[in-house]
Amino acid sequence: MTDRRRHHDMGGLPDSEPVPTREHLFEPWEKRVDAIKALLSDDKRNLLTTDEMRRGIEDLGADAYERYNYYERWISSITNTLLQKKVFTVDELGRKMAEIEARQEDKPL
Amino acid sequence: MNQRHEHAMYDVDPLHHHPPQADLEDTRLTHHQVMQMAVAELLIEKNIVSADELRAQIDFMDTITPARGAALVARAWTDAGFKDRLVADSKAAAAEIGLDIGPIPILVMENTAKIHNLIVCTLCSCYPRFLLGIPPDWYKSRSYRRRAINEPRKVLAEFGTEIGHEVELRVHDSTADMRYMVLPMRPQGTGAMDEAALAELVTRDCMVGVALPRP
Amino acid sequence: MSNRFAIGDSVRVRTAFPAGHCRTPFYCRGKTGTVTRYCGDFRNPEELAYGVYDGARSAVYRVRFAQTDLWPDYDGPAHDKCDIEIYEHWLVGEDA
Repeated sequence: MTDRRRHHDMGGLPDSEPVPTREHLFEPWEKRVDAIKALLSDDKRNLLTTDEMRRGIEDLGADAYERYNYYERWISSITNTLLQKKVFTVDELGRKMAEIEARQEDKPL
Repeated sequence: MNQRHEHAMYDVDPLHHHPPQADLEDTRLTHHQVMQMAVAELLIEKNIVSADELRAQIDFMDTITPARGAALVARAWTDAGFKDRLVADSKAAAAEIGLDIGPIPILVMENTAKIHNLIVCTLCSCYPRFLLGIPPDWYKSRSYRRRAINEPRKVLAEFGTEIGHEVELRVHDSTADMRYMVLPMRPQGTGAMDEAALAELVTRDCMVGVALPRP
Repeated sequence: MSNRFAIGDSVRVRTAFPAGHCRTPFYCRGKTGTVTRYCGDFRNPEELAYGVYDGARSAVYRVRFAQTDLWPDYDGPAHDKCDIEIYEHWLVGEDA
């Protein structure tokens, strides 16, 4: 029976936690993820539907909600869809990420 | 990183001491932040998006705040004809006061003495983003998504909002192609206030239905 | 488009459990409610989620349920309601 309900479909599940009231200000990188999503979904690009992104988040697995925060789930889903659509390759992504990490290491004091 | 900290610890000459720039120097990028930067750079290199478009989109998002929704509510409180048009067709009504509320239909749910409305998205976190901006953390929380639907009165109580049992509580699960905004009731004792002052009373949480405007 | 249901119709949500992406909440499946609004014709999220951008559009309705029908142990008053947007292929006419 539990397999019948997909993990993201959580309305009415027992939960004794109060609704958390602490809020955080959105960080620049979170806004950039949001902006990437909006641009990829616009009429000019039409590369990513909201449903594709939701599906990608659901497919990260039930523990993604514990392991990743909101925009980490978004960028993971967006990236997977762009790979699947051959917008870029795994190799291109890997090299670019390594390049960015190297830039960080080299950052002067 | 450690070396940098040692430098700060032992070399205390103020002339050579860097002022702290936490955003720039002290925080390592996380794996997902690196992924975000890589995706952005690849999209720009491949001419799918431009850096200007990205900046413009972020600037645009920054302009969308709950003040937009509050302006609609305040106008509806002071103009009954506008209220009727807002409930019937929010996009057209918003355009009357110069607001573009975006491509996704937003249904305005009017609170009355007999009905209180509450918005949730149990499946993800659908929200009237073109009207109120990015959804708050609590709206996206598991607790809200699980409980707002089947124990809404308890959830409202956590927000300090008591809805009498004589009032019908109507929860809207935002599952598909509409988005929702709650049109709260104008509080008592605000008869002398003008539209701008009224708009100040209308918080984001009032327009999701978890709070009531207070005079 | 088809638009099979009218406002006021009694409808039941299909008792189905597809493994893929869909937008019909688990808690309303098999439950009966009343159509309160026709929202328009929209593409099917079950296709959009898998890259099918040119599928047929079909009607989306708002369906109102009594909370006490959805939750046997609902502790609020009997007049409390829950409104959900549901795609036509998930709905069956109750008098059919």
